[in-house]
Amino acid sequence: MFKNKREKRAFINFLLIAPFIVLTLVFCYYPLYGWVYAFFDYRPPRPMTIDSFVGFKWFKSLIESDVKVKQIVSVLRNTFVMSGITLSTSWIPMLFAVFLNEIRNTKFRKFVQTATTLPNFISWVLVYSIAFSLFNSTGMMNSFLQKLTLIDEPILFLQASDHVWLTQWLWLTWKNLGWAAIMYISAISSIDEEMYEAARVDGANRWKIIWTITIPNLLPTFFVLLMINIGNFLSNGMEQYYVFHNAFNKEYIQVLDLYVFNLAMGSGSYSISVAISMLKSIVSLALLFFANGVSKMVRGESIL
Amino acid sequence: MESIIQETGDNSSKISRKKSGEKHMEKTGSTKNKMHRTTGDIVLEVCCYIFFIFAAIVCVYPFYYIIINTISANDLSQRGVILFLPQEIHFHNYASVLKVDGLAQASMISVLRTGIGSLLTVSASSYLGYMFAQRYMWAKKFWYRLVVATMYFNAGIIPWFLTMKNLGLTNNFLGYILPTIVSPFFIILTKTFVEGIPGELSEAAELDGAGVLKTFFHVMLPVMKPIMATIAIFAAVNQWNAFQDTLLLVTDSKLYSLQFLLYQYLNQASSLSSLANNSSSNSLAAAAATMQTATSIRMTITVIVVIPIMLVYPIFQRYFVKGIMIGAVKG
Repeated sequence: MFKNKREKRAFINFLLIAPFIVLTLVFCYYPLYGWVYAFFDYRPPRPMTIDSFVGFKWFKSLIESDVKVKQIVSVLRNTFVMSGITLSTSWIPMLFAVFLNEIRNTKFRKFVQTATTLPNFISWVLVYSIAFSLFNSTGMMNSFLQKLTLIDEPILFLQASDHVWLTQWLWLTWKNLGWAAIMYISAISSIDEEMYEAARVDGANRWKIIWTITIPNLLPTFFVLLMINIGNFLSNGMEQYYVFHNAFNKEYIQVLDLYVFNLAMGSGSYSISVAISMLKSIVSLALLFFANGVSKMVRGESIL
Repeated sequence: MESIIQETGDNSSKISRKKSGEKHMEKTGSTKNKMHRTTGDIVLEVCCYIFFIFAAIVCVYPFYYIIINTISANDLSQRGVILFLPQEIHFHNYASVLKVDGLAQASMISVLRTGIGSLLTVSASSYLGYMFAQRYMWAKKFWYRLVVATMYFNAGIIPWFLTMKNLGLTNNFLGYILPTIVSPFFIILTKTFVEGIPGELSEAAELDGAGVLKTFFHVMLPVMKPIMATIAIFAAVNQWNAFQDTLLLVTDSKLYSLQFLLYQYLNQASSLSSLANNSSSNSLAAAAATMQTATSIRMTITVIVVIPIMLVYPIFQRYFVKGIMIGAVKG
C-alpha cells in the first residue's frame, strides 16, 4: 500500500492527529455553513425549508430600510470610534515600558509590574462588578466626592450617556495596559547593552538615550502589534460592552459584535444577524490581509 | 506570529544572561549615575516614580476596597464610607453568602470546567505541538495551517451558536469543554518549544525502537513540563473567566458558571438581599452590622470569584519572563 517506510509513517502520523482535525473542522469550519441562514428566513423553532429561501433580502434590507440604516450607522460609528481610540493610543504601553525601565530600583519595578498586570487576569464581569462597587451611587467615588463636598447629589457614573467612549477606553486601558507593556519590557531587555554604554560614554543624558536608542529599538514590535490591531479593527469583542451596557448608554456602547448578538439573542432576528456577521468576517479578513501586506512591504516580514 | 515567539524565546535566554551581569552593572552603574546625574535625569526619575506609584494604586486599590468592605460592618459599607481601613471587622458575609441560591452549584460548575477543560486543552496542545513538529506527516503543512487559520478567522458568534445548537451542545456541560480542546495559539507555543529541543533526544528514542507515541509519553512529555505549566495556567484562567459561552449556550440554571451567576446578581442585586436574609433567620438584634445587603452580597461573591485568580497569579508571574509574552498579541 505504501511505497516505503517513510510514507507509511507519514500516514500514521496523520491518523494520530485526525481526531483533532475533526474537532477543528466541527467547531471552527462547520459554523461557516451557518452562513446559509443569511439567505433564508429562519425563525426558530420552525425548521428551515427551501420555501423560506429569500436570496439577498437581508443584505438589501441593511441598506434599504431606514431604521436599519440608522442603527447600522450608529453601530459602525461606535465601533470605529472605539477601535480608533484604541489604535491611536496603542503607543501608550510602549511608553509605559520605556519609563518603567528607567526605574533603577528592581523591587519597585517588579512590584509595579505585578500590580499593573493583575487586572488583565480577571474577567469583564469582574471588572464590571468592581466598576459597580466603586462608581454606583453609594460607591467609593461618590462617597469620596461627597466627603470633599465637591458634589451634593451622587453622580450616576455607570448610567451616564456622555463620555461612554472615553470611559470604556479607560476600563480597557486599566485592564490591559500592564499586560501589553510586558511585550515591550521583554523587547527592551534584548537591546544590546553596549549601545547604551556607548551613548553614555558620548555623554548622552537619559532622555536622549530613551529617544535615540530605546524607542527606535522598540518600533518593530510596535509595528507588528499595530498591524494586528488593524486586522482586529471591527472586532472589539462583545464581553466588555455587554456587561457595561444599559438602557442609558446603549446608543453609544453598542459595537458591531454586541449588535449582532442583540439582534439574534434579543429580538430573534437570526438571519439578519448572520448576514451582518458574515459581512464583518469578510471585511475583517480583508483588513488582515491588508495589514499583512503593509507589513511585508515595510518590514519584509509577514505578521501571520 | 511565530517569528515573535521565536524572538521572545531568544530574549529569555538573553535575560538570564543579563541577570548574571546585572549585579556587576548596578554597582558600577549607580556610582557613575550619581556623578553624571543632570537635572533632566532627576526630573525624569521623580516623574516616573510618581506616575508608577499612581498606576499601581489605581490597579490594586479596587481589589483592596472590595475586600475591606466585605469584612466591615454592612451598614457602613452600604453607605460607602469604608475607604481605607476596615471597620468593625466580621466574617458573617462569607458564611451567609453560601446560602445564596445557586452559588454552590455554580462553584462546582466553574471548578469542573476549569479542571477538566484545562486538563484536556493542555494534553491536546502538547500532543499536537509535538505531532506538528514531526518530520513526516501526510499534508502536514496543510493541516497545521488549517488549525492556525482559526485564530484569525471565525464565522461569527451567531453561526457558531446555531452550530452548537444543531450539535446538541446547548445546555450541555460538554459545550464548555469540546470547543476549547484544540487551541491554535497553545499549539503554536508548544510546537515552537518542541522545535527548540535538540533533535537527538527523540532520535535516540526512535533508534531504540520507540514509536511516535511512546517517544512522546516517555521522552518528550518530561521535557515539555515548563511549557505545559504555562499553558495550563493560561487555559485555567480562560476557563475560569469564561462568560460568553454560558451567555450564548446555557439557559439551564444548573449549568451556570460563577461568572454568569455574578453577572446575574449584579443586575438584580436588590431582590437578592431579601433572599439571603430570609433563609438565615436573622434576629433583629443582629441587624445593621451583619445584615446582608445587596452591596455586601455582590462584593462577597466578587471576592470569591477573584480569589482563585489572585492565588494562581503569583505562580503565573514566574512564567512571564520565560518568554510567553505573545499573549499580548492575541488579546
